[in-house]
Amino acid sequence: MKQRLVVIGNGMAGMRTVEELLTAAPDKYDITVFGAEPYGNYNRIMLSSVLCGEKTIEDIVINNRQWYIDNGITLYAGEDKAVARIDRINKKIYALDGTFAGYDRLLIATGSKAVIPPISGNDLEGVISFRDIVDVNKMLAYSRSYNKAVVLGGGLLGLEAANGLVSRGMDVTVIHNHEVLLNRQMDRPAAKMLQTELEQRGLKFKMAAKLKQLSGDEQGHITTVSFEDGSQLECDLFITAIGVRPNMALAQEAGIYCERGIVVNDTLQSYDPSIYAVGECIQHRGATFGLVAPLFEQAKVCANHLSAHGAAEYITLPTATKLKVTGINLFSIGDFQGDVNCEYIHFTDPAVGIYKKLVIKANKLIGAVLYGDTADGSWYQELLEKEDNISDIRDMLIFGKAYAVA
Amino acid sequence: MNKTIQTTCPYCGVGCGISAKVDDAHHRLKISGDTSHPANFGRLCSKGSALGETIELKGRLLQPKVYGRETSWTEALDLVADSFISVIDKYGADAVAIYGSGQLLTEDYYVANKLMKGFIGSGNMDTNSRLCMSSSVAGHKRAFGSDTVPGCYEDFEQAEMIVLIGSNAAWCHPVSFQRIRAAKEANPALKIVVIDPRRTVSCDIADLHLPLASGTDAVLFNGLLHFLSEQNALDSAYIEAHTEGFVEALNTANVDIEQVAKACRLNKDDLHRFYQWFAGHEKVMSLYSQGINQSSSGTDKVNAIINCHLATGSIGKPGMGPFSLTGQPNAMGGREVGGLSHQLAAHMDFSSADDIERVARFWNTSNIAQKPGYPAVELFDAIYDGKVKAVWIMGTNPVVSLPNADKVKQALQGCEFVVVSDCIADTDTTALAHVLLPAQGWSEKDGTVTNSERRISRQRALFKPAGGAKPDWWIITQVARRMGFEQAFHYQSPVEIFREHAALSGFENNGLRDFDISAFANMSRHDYDRLQPTQWPVNQAYPQGRARLFDDGKFFTESGKAKFIAVTPRLPVNPPDQDYPLILNTGRLRDQWHTMTRTAIAAKLNQHKAEPFVEVHPVDAQSYGLVGNSLATIESHWGSMIARVQITDSQLPGNVFVPMHWTEQYASRGRMGALVNSIVDPISNQPESKHTPVRIKAYQPAWQGFILSRGELSMVAPDYWVKVKGEQVYRYELAGLSLPENWQEWAQKNLSDNDGATPQWQEYQDPAQGNYRAARIVNNQLESVVFIAAAGSALPATAWMQEVEQRRERLPERNWLTGLFAKTELEKAERMALLTGKPPVGVADVGTIVCACFNVGEKTIQAAIREKGLKTHQEVGRCLKAGTNCGSCVPEIKALL
Repeated sequence: MKQRLVVIGNGMAGMRTVEELLTAAPDKYDITVFGAEPYGNYNRIMLSSVLCGEKTIEDIVINNRQWYIDNGITLYAGEDKAVARIDRINKKIYALDGTFAGYDRLLIATGSKAVIPPISGNDLEGVISFRDIVDVNKMLAYSRSYNKAVVLGGGLLGLEAANGLVSRGMDVTVIHNHEVLLNRQMDRPAAKMLQTELEQRGLKFKMAAKLKQLSGDEQGHITTVSFEDGSQLECDLFITAIGVRPNMALAQEAGIYCERGIVVNDTLQSYDPSIYAVGECIQHRGATFGLVAPLFEQAKVCANHLSAHGAAEYITLPTATKLKVTGINLFSIGDFQGDVNCEYIHFTDPAVGIYKKLVIKANKLIGAVLYGDTADGSWYQELLEKEDNISDIRDMLIFGKAYAVA
Repeated sequence: MNKTIQTTCPYCGVGCGISAKVDDAHHRLKISGDTSHPANFGRLCSKGSALGETIELKGRLLQPKVYGRETSWTEALDLVADSFISVIDKYGADAVAIYGSGQLLTEDYYVANKLMKGFIGSGNMDTNSRLCMSSSVAGHKRAFGSDTVPGCYEDFEQAEMIVLIGSNAAWCHPVSFQRIRAAKEANPALKIVVIDPRRTVSCDIADLHLPLASGTDAVLFNGLLHFLSEQNALDSAYIEAHTEGFVEALNTANVDIEQVAKACRLNKDDLHRFYQWFAGHEKVMSLYSQGINQSSSGTDKVNAIINCHLATGSIGKPGMGPFSLTGQPNAMGGREVGGLSHQLAAHMDFSSADDIERVARFWNTSNIAQKPGYPAVELFDAIYDGKVKAVWIMGTNPVVSLPNADKVKQALQGCEFVVVSDCIADTDTTALAHVLLPAQGWSEKDGTVTNSERRISRQRALFKPAGGAKPDWWIITQVARRMGFEQAFHYQSPVEIFREHAALSGFENNGLRDFDISAFANMSRHDYDRLQPTQWPVNQAYPQGRARLFDDGKFFTESGKAKFIAVTPRLPVNPPDQDYPLILNTGRLRDQWHTMTRTAIAAKLNQHKAEPFVEVHPVDAQSYGLVGNSLATIESHWGSMIARVQITDSQLPGNVFVPMHWTEQYASRGRMGALVNSIVDPISNQPESKHTPVRIKAYQPAWQGFILSRGELSMVAPDYWVKVKGEQVYRYELAGLSLPENWQEWAQKNLSDNDGATPQWQEYQDPAQGNYRAARIVNNQLESVVFIAAAGSALPATAWMQEVEQRRERLPERNWLTGLFAKTELEKAERMALLTGKPPVGVADVGTIVCACFNVGEKTIQAAIREKGLKTHQEVGRCLKAGTNCGSCVPEIKALL
């Protein structure tokens, strides 16, 4: 008799786990998936490509409804299928519309939601985040009728949103609370090159900006962004992209132990042994997640345990950063800032738009920033993960694998 | 219109004939050896072959300069004449001097000598031949009564044994050496012996090398004389008939093999073998050069060698005899005209009142000098001491080449009036001149030179003079006229001077003097222009010249007999001691000439040995903590230099060798002359340049590196630099004692030239490892690169020096980078490889990146699809990882499929 697996969340982490599971133990579970969006499973990180018109929604669909049918998966998708409650005692979950399912194993993959700045006007019309197809469609609609967009947050998502909106013809200003774009991933010189490149593409920036408030017209639609320094920007569309928070309310209400996210162990198990969690909703060894690579790794480990092979352990590895803006190559990994005990190797050729920095500590590579030429990014990632001693190849390290291991 | 002109090489004393194809329109030359010239029969060495690369006008002195300001010939000549007159008026004729050179043509030399000795009335005309030939001159004079080289190059082929003494002919007289090599190959029985403390490349063809202790040559040849006597290998009849002083010489040479072996620190058996060979062969040639001459007992050494030839009668006949290999293209010509301060003219000198009177009569002068002037070293001491107030230096670079060269520099700095004639604008000596007179260069000069075998050859003008350059004879003549000697110096062309010179050689000669070219005294200009290489004497008796002298057993002494000289060997004056425990030897390199003013212009000549170096025996290297290829400071009591250490057992322990060529134009601290003791031979006054006590220690810079630059740079004074001119690029080898505050600023300051274009900078920095590299690129063409290996912040200070050294060794070879300067545009892969210093390796062009996660490019994917027959994106993923992470590129991969 098959066991019952219920998955809450039809996103990338949850569905990758299901895919892995279907490969690892195809007959072990009857699988039921609840998703709050009315689609099959799509590649969320490709939304920026949809926004800038390089891809269509069809292009980014990973699994359409037929796939669920083909694999015998019961899919409940749509707003009213959002899960409202977990009954851990009876091992049942209930959707908003009362749909329910019993489980032997529950996988929570509820993802995250955008952080909304706690300022006056954050509830105006035209203030949106950039999380899903609905958001993209809204942005596309605005771009057809309006001109002025402001993106809050000079991180990966904000820049991708801004780039998309520019390519849709909008006048876009990115406001960032730091002097350095992508300051969580890039150092100052690389960020400066990136900013110059984006400015050449038409993006505007207001750096080290202190946001004061948003104000709107009588209809409650945003019109103006005001800053602490007294300056103002006209605004028809305001995108918040200042980070995400794990969606853990459902788990918390069910009494599952949470801190900043649903706390899981190295096997992606929550404090309730029959409940697993993966993706942006979790907290593993203090870390939360926002990029795709670790999610996929979690999916693999989680599927391994769900299929009772039970050997894999999830280790949080440094995650490489990439910006999905066509023609811009950047890469960063690990501790790219370093500390007083670190040594730095630089290679720069600004005229051709190349900047590389490697951070070395105790003869090991612990961080890297690459701009312009990212060809060796994955090799650096490998060196970093393996904690190889790089002394012997140090002189050639920054010139890449072809030179260093020639 | 291209034309071919026969001329003569301006470098060593071999005197090779050159056939130059002249392309006037492009100011280009195609050089080949003159197959008809008896000195070389078409062969040329590396230096001669590269002559076409040395004729560029960049760097030439093309206008007279007075106190740094360009001026007219009239003003410059007036100033020289007036200044000389005023010094003479005030302090007497001996307060002025001319210092000439074996680079001057015979005609130039003749008028310079005539002016000083005949008309100014001072003996103060000396020449840089003093530094290379004067011991031979003095030795010849003592033994033969004349300065005669008895044999000729043809003797090489006829000899049964050739002894090279103190001569690295392979590098210093390459064409003669090749001739000897060919003779040896044709006749393997020909024995070659090399006597030299160094195992030089000349040993390549040697049957025996005797690495004698520095300065012990006279002991060795005294021992030979003794041995010849013991073995009854003497030619008693010859000794009896044609020589005198034998018994005294033999008695003085009373050393047996044991004693010689001990004194010379030689293996007794080797020594014995040499002695036996010498005794056992009739046709023995002793070729000697600076290893013999440049010694405080050089004259005695020359005579110790000649003694052995006189004792065996092996002189003057084919295939035998002592043979001095002269250093300079016209050292012999200089001797012929009397260029040395003790000589008068035409092999006459101040030792004879009759000679003085005769020359005065010939020149029709009442003011002829009565006594020798200052020889070179003493001359510059006299300038230093203020006794000589005005000096005119012609075509030589004494600030580099003289011993105790720093003192020479000071002497010129303190001198009231310094005139320098040269074809090159910037030399260490022109830097100190008050008046600079632009002389014609080799390719413009017209006149004659005489080589080691007494062969007079024409050097012919290939091009019109560049800029305002003038022939030396013209310059001298113009000054002479302005000094009031109009009558005696009204020459219009070199042939007029040559005729007078020839006439003087025959004047009241009557067989008294060896040098007699009176057959040329009435030579027409036409014949002069067509003069074929001819060995003097050229007179009534020998109208076609004469290959050998003394074949008749007649010498030019009063008695007509050759003189044995009793030689009591003297060791070099300054022995090594506790403070200066090593012996410094100096010498030439294969591809450079003298002070590099001309050879360093030819890029290909700078490749063989690019940097001043010091050869050290491995044992000494260990004792003094020297690492191969590291830098060392060599210090003597007189001065110091910095050179790169080359560890080699071709040096004797306790001996170090440095090349003589580098100047301050090409190296910050490479002037070996600064080290050399200014000890001279009491007879010849030739300096002891082959023996100076020195000490050596590691030079420990905080950083080392190199720059390659398309343009010539004005260095912002690192402590050590060497400039090497390449084909499209100047290479600078660098070292510094302290680190600049900021390498980036340092590089921008040092690498910039004023070409106006905005450069792009590529940089590589690993400060912890002390690595800094940068490239300066203009319009995607490489303008310069700098590679620095410095003490890194990651190291404790004590480990710096060794580390810096090791790191320098890790700097790339310069070849590939150098080659990039030939390109008008850098390829992308080359640009990315630049600062590795290595050619792009294994970097295939991956095309546009498709999979950003794993950085897989379009071309890589296409290639994999093609080569491995991939059908699906999953297969591509398995093969290349592409598309297996975020999957966003899967559509593109599919499109490629």
